[in-house]
Amino acid sequence: MGSLIQGYGLREADFRGTGFRNHGHDLKGNNDLLCLTRPDIIEEIHRLYLEAGADLIETNTFSSTSIAQADYRLESVVTELNLAAVACARRAAEAVEAATPGRRCAVVGAIGPLNRTLSMSPDVNRPEFRAVTWSQVVESYTEQIRALLQGGVDALLVETIFDTLNAKAAIFAIEEVFAERGQRVPVMISVTITDASGRTLSGQTPEAFYHSIRHANPFSVGINCALGGRAMRPYLAALSRIAECQVTCYPNAGLPNAFGGYDESPDEMATVLGEFARAGLVNLVGGCCGSTPDHIRTIAAAVQGVAPRVIPSLPRALRLSGLEPLTVAATN
Amino acid sequence: MSRSASTFLVIGERTNLTGSPKFAKAIKSGDWVAAAEIARQQVLSGANIIDVNVDEALIDGEATMVHFLNLIASEPDIARIPVMLDSSKWSVLEAGLQCLQGKGIVNSISLKDGEVEFLRRAERVRRYGAAAVVMAFDEQGQAATRDEKVRICTRAYRLLVDRLGFPPEDIIFDPNILTVATGIEEHNHYAVDFFEATRLIKQTLPHARVSGGVSNVSFSFRGNNPVREAMHTAFLYHAIAAGLDMAIVNAGMLGVYDEIDPELRARVDDVLLDRRPDATERLIRFADALKQEQGGSSKTEIKEDLAWRGAPVAERLKHALVKGIDAYIEADTEECRQSLPRPLDVIEGPLMDGMRVVGDLFGAGKMFLPQVVKSARVMKRSVAYLTPFMEAEKQRAAAAGEATRAQGKVVLATVKGDVHDIGKNIVGVVLACNNYEVTDLGVMVPADRILAKAKEIGADIIGLSGLITPSLDEMVHVARELQRAGFQEPLLIGGATTSAAHTAVKIAPEYSGGVVHVLDASRVVNVVSALLSPTLKPGYLRDVHVKQEQQRVDFAARRARRPLLSLATARERRLRSDWAHLDLPRPEFLGTRVYRDVPLGDLVPYIDWAPFFSAWELHGRYPDILQDEVVGNEARKLHADALRLLDTIVRERRFSAHGVIGFWPCNADGDDVELYADETRSRVIARCHHLRQQLEKPAEQNNLSLADFVAPKESGRVDYCGGFAVTAGHGVEALAQAFRDRHDDYGAIMVQALGDRFAEAMAEYFHQRARQACGFGRDERLSMEDLLRERYRGIRPAPGYPACPDHSEKRLLLDLLEAPTAVGITLTESCAMRPASSVSGWYFNHPEAKYFGVGKVGRDQVEDYARRRGEPLAQAEKWLAPYLDYDPGT
Repeated sequence: MGSLIQGYGLREADFRGTGFRNHGHDLKGNNDLLCLTRPDIIEEIHRLYLEAGADLIETNTFSSTSIAQADYRLESVVTELNLAAVACARRAAEAVEAATPGRRCAVVGAIGPLNRTLSMSPDVNRPEFRAVTWSQVVESYTEQIRALLQGGVDALLVETIFDTLNAKAAIFAIEEVFAERGQRVPVMISVTITDASGRTLSGQTPEAFYHSIRHANPFSVGINCALGGRAMRPYLAALSRIAECQVTCYPNAGLPNAFGGYDESPDEMATVLGEFARAGLVNLVGGCCGSTPDHIRTIAAAVQGVAPRVIPSLPRALRLSGLEPLTVAATN
Repeated sequence: MSRSASTFLVIGERTNLTGSPKFAKAIKSGDWVAAAEIARQQVLSGANIIDVNVDEALIDGEATMVHFLNLIASEPDIARIPVMLDSSKWSVLEAGLQCLQGKGIVNSISLKDGEVEFLRRAERVRRYGAAAVVMAFDEQGQAATRDEKVRICTRAYRLLVDRLGFPPEDIIFDPNILTVATGIEEHNHYAVDFFEATRLIKQTLPHARVSGGVSNVSFSFRGNNPVREAMHTAFLYHAIAAGLDMAIVNAGMLGVYDEIDPELRARVDDVLLDRRPDATERLIRFADALKQEQGGSSKTEIKEDLAWRGAPVAERLKHALVKGIDAYIEADTEECRQSLPRPLDVIEGPLMDGMRVVGDLFGAGKMFLPQVVKSARVMKRSVAYLTPFMEAEKQRAAAAGEATRAQGKVVLATVKGDVHDIGKNIVGVVLACNNYEVTDLGVMVPADRILAKAKEIGADIIGLSGLITPSLDEMVHVARELQRAGFQEPLLIGGATTSAAHTAVKIAPEYSGGVVHVLDASRVVNVVSALLSPTLKPGYLRDVHVKQEQQRVDFAARRARRPLLSLATARERRLRSDWAHLDLPRPEFLGTRVYRDVPLGDLVPYIDWAPFFSAWELHGRYPDILQDEVVGNEARKLHADALRLLDTIVRERRFSAHGVIGFWPCNADGDDVELYADETRSRVIARCHHLRQQLEKPAEQNNLSLADFVAPKESGRVDYCGGFAVTAGHGVEALAQAFRDRHDDYGAIMVQALGDRFAEAMAEYFHQRARQACGFGRDERLSMEDLLRERYRGIRPAPGYPACPDHSEKRLLLDLLEAPTAVGITLTESCAMRPASSVSGWYFNHPEAKYFGVGKVGRDQVEDYARRRGEPLAQAEKWLAPYLDYDPGT
């Protein structure tokens, strides 16, 4: 989404539209806002990905929470942002479904990681300090999730998780909203392994992470963003061995280069993801930062006809974690 | 024994306000560091889970819980394991749940407040993603008998699983461990009740776990630790047999059932198993006697274990090698020599057996470099003892016309112009340990000597090392010479400045015998053994070749993809300062000042230990590395040895610390900086040439040159910059050689590593003085840590390193400082400093001055640079070879 938006060369005025003409803060770069001010563009981008062969599209709501929008002083329009975003995605999905009878396109509500973290201190001299509280995070996510569900998403996706505690707060909020609405949709969860240490930014291994979020009974769990696909393989394999649900993988098109662009070609990315699929590591694949409709088209072709991963059946066990997993297997 | 560490979990109990006076004191006095340390000790003692309990009437439980959990979340060696939140207050548990990114355990919930509240809390626990301890407690109270325990646990289980859908594997029952031997008859059966209830729960409630707090059982024996420990150990033994999965215990105080004194064990078992009516009385009597005997303390004296001295001599030699003990090595070697037909048999037998064990353990990551080097020291001592005997034998054999050959011969050298050899020495020791015959040519070795020696001894492998960038070029030169002379033996490349990429792109194409980059000493034995095996070698070299081909392709692709900015554009994007108003501090003196024989003791606090451990290939942050789970033990030993040697060096003044610093009026002239004789700025005494970053950067960042940190001529203002050169002196090499002469490479490498630390410490120490001399440093209030992390104004970049990568600019700096006469530092032809433990650099005081890397430079800049320096282009290209963004040949 972000790469394509860049291609439209939008200016401050486009971001502002008419509704935010007099807003007291610069808005350029607030891509989520375009769902309200340039819905035509967002809908078109969604359509391009669907036409390229995507079965699922994410709403343009990565930063549509009061905490993330505070950077633009737009906390007050979070509900509208999410509703508009779902509408853009839904219109594109319906158009494509109408054009190709029998085709089903799912709209997934994207929930980003926030720019404030619950597990880490922004102040090295005060490691116990936190810039945000659990209640604030839950409250902010709750507002977004309510709007996404009200707009009618087919599933929720907690993604690009670099601090598991933020993700746990999102899961907590999801469960509260589900209980409140008496309705559930599938929950998808996707973590980000930030570097070659094979851990999240907050220090967990993929297995420890899975133990931390298993209580969400997720429809899927997986890895997205940061590393390019090739470097993800060992962590994806670790997750794939133990995940009692679908496994997803949607990497960036390689690592960002010095100019913030991405260098991996559609063929390169499709080769990696195709191999993951054939090795039985994944059920769903896709692209994150830098992946264009061409990438998606090539990836879709690469996994066409490949048998999906078989979900393993693991013995019931007490599965705990700190930064590392601790499994208490059955005795006697 | 039925107890297995892999299935039974130890929950550390010391981070408990009521149970641990030490923890209580730390928390109440706000000493969070000490509180976290108690947690760390529990993890180090083997706790699988850490129990945190801050219940205390006068303490804000919620705030304390949050503070402590957030604090230990930032300590990876503690946060590694799951947390058990322990409180009788629900609000404290919930506050704790909001801090755990991992999946932890809530301890506890129960039916005490009725079903509704129980289920509400359980639902919350699940929503937070935790497991729960469920106490055998209901509206009527705590369950004491077996049947009550089982009844309450069963009721709770059915409610959780059937009513709520709570995962049964996330339920952990605590059927209450109650105190026995209280003198009250009905308490006598409590332990048995627990064991039997545990067995029934495990049989009838699928997937649920059982836990308990063990120390309660021995409460009547407060103050008598030997008895308490025996009771805990025996209790666990029986409970685990019954199915106990985990227990809250003092992780550092667990014994082994079979090792309890048999008489004590029998009496403890009588009590726990309720085997006789007078069991309590008998244990109390025994306990009193024991207490008088031992004074109630459980500490056992630590003695050096000399049991191994009783083994046969071959075993003793092996043991001494593996453990690195050299105290008995000569006597044992002599004894062994007399028992075997030939002196060489001692080496090929017990010594090689020992070194093979060392090699295997090192290869498997179970031994670390300092241990290996210590083992090698023992080996060398033994071999040195045997050498005269072998010489005598060799002469006899030569007379009889026989020849001998070692496993393989390796020639090692630090290339011409470079004096750094710690890494090369380590590689030499590691290879020698593996029975390779190593010929070490030392430092500053020209190509012709390397070739001559390799030919002379019939080397199987040649290894080159270097630390400074010009050495890369010299290695290319040696490779070409080897090719020209028709060598076919593989060439190894190592050292801090080398890389797999440079080896692939620049060195490997020059030599057809195979060129392999070796990252560090731990890899070298595998590489050498593969290269010396006729069967493995072709395949190994093919793999290396394929990898290098890929690296060459990647390199070409990288270069193609990222064009540089033109020099003119890069200069446009320089850092622009408000020169009219910027503070340009005037130093309190101009010209140079020499400080000879700085007291070594003054420098010790300025030593940054982290690089010291890296030199030994132990990686991690200091001081955390001392507690590291994997290398901590070795790091502590190494540190202790270093401190001992350091003490000797300081006391006996083995190093001579000299330094010179200077300040000069200056102005930037383009990317040059002119230094003036005085503040009239009428006479230029030196012109320093700096390079500018040419890689395209994001819009808000500048393309920096060090010249940007100096006021330009056109500003009309006088600026000042400085320079320094410091050295730990020639004593370093002399002392290292003295160790080497005693066959002690461990000591020699240690001396060199400490020499480097002293030189760096001096650089920090003098920089502080330089900042004070400039005024702004006088108000600094920095801790040593802040100092070592360079949290101050100003920088001291060294010529040859990223911000000013041309080593040859060092000549100008050392001339200005008159360093050869002032402090005895000279330069080799590659501009490496001698003595090796020396540091030099420029001082820049600009408030925004920071370290940066120049990175790749384009032909336009190199041409401009050569013009500015008044030297041929080819010469500039030679010094800047690793940074050129183009192929100078085209």
